[in-house]
Amino acid sequence: MPLQAIAFYLMAAVTIAAGLGVVSARNPVHSVLFLITAFFSAAGLFVLLGAEFLAMLLVVVYVGAVAVLFLFVVMMLDIDFAALKQGFARYMPIGLVVAGVLVLEMIFVTVSVANGGKAGPGATPQASGVDISNVETIGRVLYTDYAYFFEAAGMVLLVAMIGAIVLTLRHKPGVKRQNIGAQVARGPKTGMTIVDIGSGASVDEGSLNQ
Amino acid sequence: MPAQSPWLWFGLAVGQIALVLIWVLLSLAFLLWGDRKIWAGVQMRKGPNVVGPFGLFQSFADFLKFVLKEIVIPAGADKFVFLLAPLISFILAFGAWAVVPLAPGWVVADINVGILYLFAISSLGVYGIIMGGWASNSKYPFLGSLRSAAQMVSYEVSIGFVIITVILLSGTMHLSQLVDQQKGWIWNWYVFGGGLKNLPLALVMIPMAVIFFISALAETNRPPFDLPEAESELVAGYQVEYSSTPYLLFMIGEYSNIVLMCAMIAVLFFGGWNPGFPTDFMASWSPTLQSFLLFLVFFAKIIFFFFLFAMAKAIVPRYRYDQLMRLGWKVFLPITGIAVVLVGGYRVFSPLLWGQG
Repeated sequence: MPLQAIAFYLMAAVTIAAGLGVVSARNPVHSVLFLITAFFSAAGLFVLLGAEFLAMLLVVVYVGAVAVLFLFVVMMLDIDFAALKQGFARYMPIGLVVAGVLVLEMIFVTVSVANGGKAGPGATPQASGVDISNVETIGRVLYTDYAYFFEAAGMVLLVAMIGAIVLTLRHKPGVKRQNIGAQVARGPKTGMTIVDIGSGASVDEGSLNQ
Repeated sequence: MPAQSPWLWFGLAVGQIALVLIWVLLSLAFLLWGDRKIWAGVQMRKGPNVVGPFGLFQSFADFLKFVLKEIVIPAGADKFVFLLAPLISFILAFGAWAVVPLAPGWVVADINVGILYLFAISSLGVYGIIMGGWASNSKYPFLGSLRSAAQMVSYEVSIGFVIITVILLSGTMHLSQLVDQQKGWIWNWYVFGGGLKNLPLALVMIPMAVIFFISALAETNRPPFDLPEAESELVAGYQVEYSSTPYLLFMIGEYSNIVLMCAMIAVLFFGGWNPGFPTDFMASWSPTLQSFLLFLVFFAKIIFFFFLFAMAKAIVPRYRYDQLMRLGWKVFLPITGIAVVLVGGYRVFSPLLWGQG
């Protein structure tokens, strides 16, 4: 179908161009925006593959939450652009090695799948019937065959979250906080004192601060 | 969908998109007018009443005014991002309408993960604001956009949990199926648990609908949660430097998001196009007429929820920022989390109570 081909080449080109933009943009905020574009068009490629659930998760989790925090941090950093560019030549070889490993991995996976091989037991579960949706297929594999890995991943994330909270939580003394429960529960009896002042007498501090 | 020729299909799709776009834009024009009229009515003012009968054409006059003004771009602004930001807001706000089922069979893209698509698109809305605030290269817009981003990300969490309760009840993420399951009597709506057997769940789902409504207010930066534009603190927040058409795009995008949220409340909780009683007596009528009548029902629901949005704007005092964050993280998040557990538990154990089916 020509429309699918057009959509594929368009989104693949945008993904690659955005990926190049991430590493070549001078302004780090532009880099993050390119990264978001790359995520988004990768989600589009997932949809073309028929993995719409994965595509939506990619958008919700990476674009909607993770990249927003990236953007947050990068926008508020006071970055010296010249210093940032200095290490480029030194880190170039490491970057090339990582890129080469990734490319090799992709080639191996593509070649083995093209030759009818599988990466593991039931690695590419197919939707068997018409009624079973993408979501159900993933759920059936995730909560049965890979339940332990799934739970382990969840625990790792939980530990990371608690760790971040422990590292950053500070109880500052002397900070005024609003206690909404106490405010709502406050009535005439607790919030007001009626002082009977005789004529000629002054109001002393003690009687008001009860 | 019949796909004889891809180009014919393409043309049909473009036509459908254009129809929905025109419908949304036209309703927005009058809903905006209604918003101002309601707000004025609560404050015992007259509101817009000059252009056209009852001021009905006020929105069109405003539109012309915005479009004909000069676009001012601040000298220190990042020009490309500055102009891209309102476009992103606008496009996302209208892109989301693609999956909203307007009536039986009336939907542009009938995809399997419709709810997730809506959620994903609404979570992207934050980019328009944060990019606009940063690209303006000024303190107030930047602070406003940071606030707004934090607010939207926080309330997305509780919206996500509320959506999960509805997905647990329906067992599908397909929006047309979701609405179809709510047909028949009013207790089939998910706000009452979806069916007589699930009626105890109304105790959980009615608060969920309320929480969704309040979170929608916060998500769309509407009063009482309009902190990004708190004029006493931040002038107009992320929109300070915007004028003319870019500002108009921001504003239309914002209102489109509000109407979208109203449609989401109607679809998820209040039966979408279902009027709340069986529509079997319509079976012999022509399908187009049926669809049109049900579409009017859906539209009426959207207008009702928009009225609630407008009333909330008119009568509720604004929240302070720390109160907003407390409400999102310390009140809504635990409540919705417990609700997910309750609904999930009920779904697992209710067959023991009522038998299968």
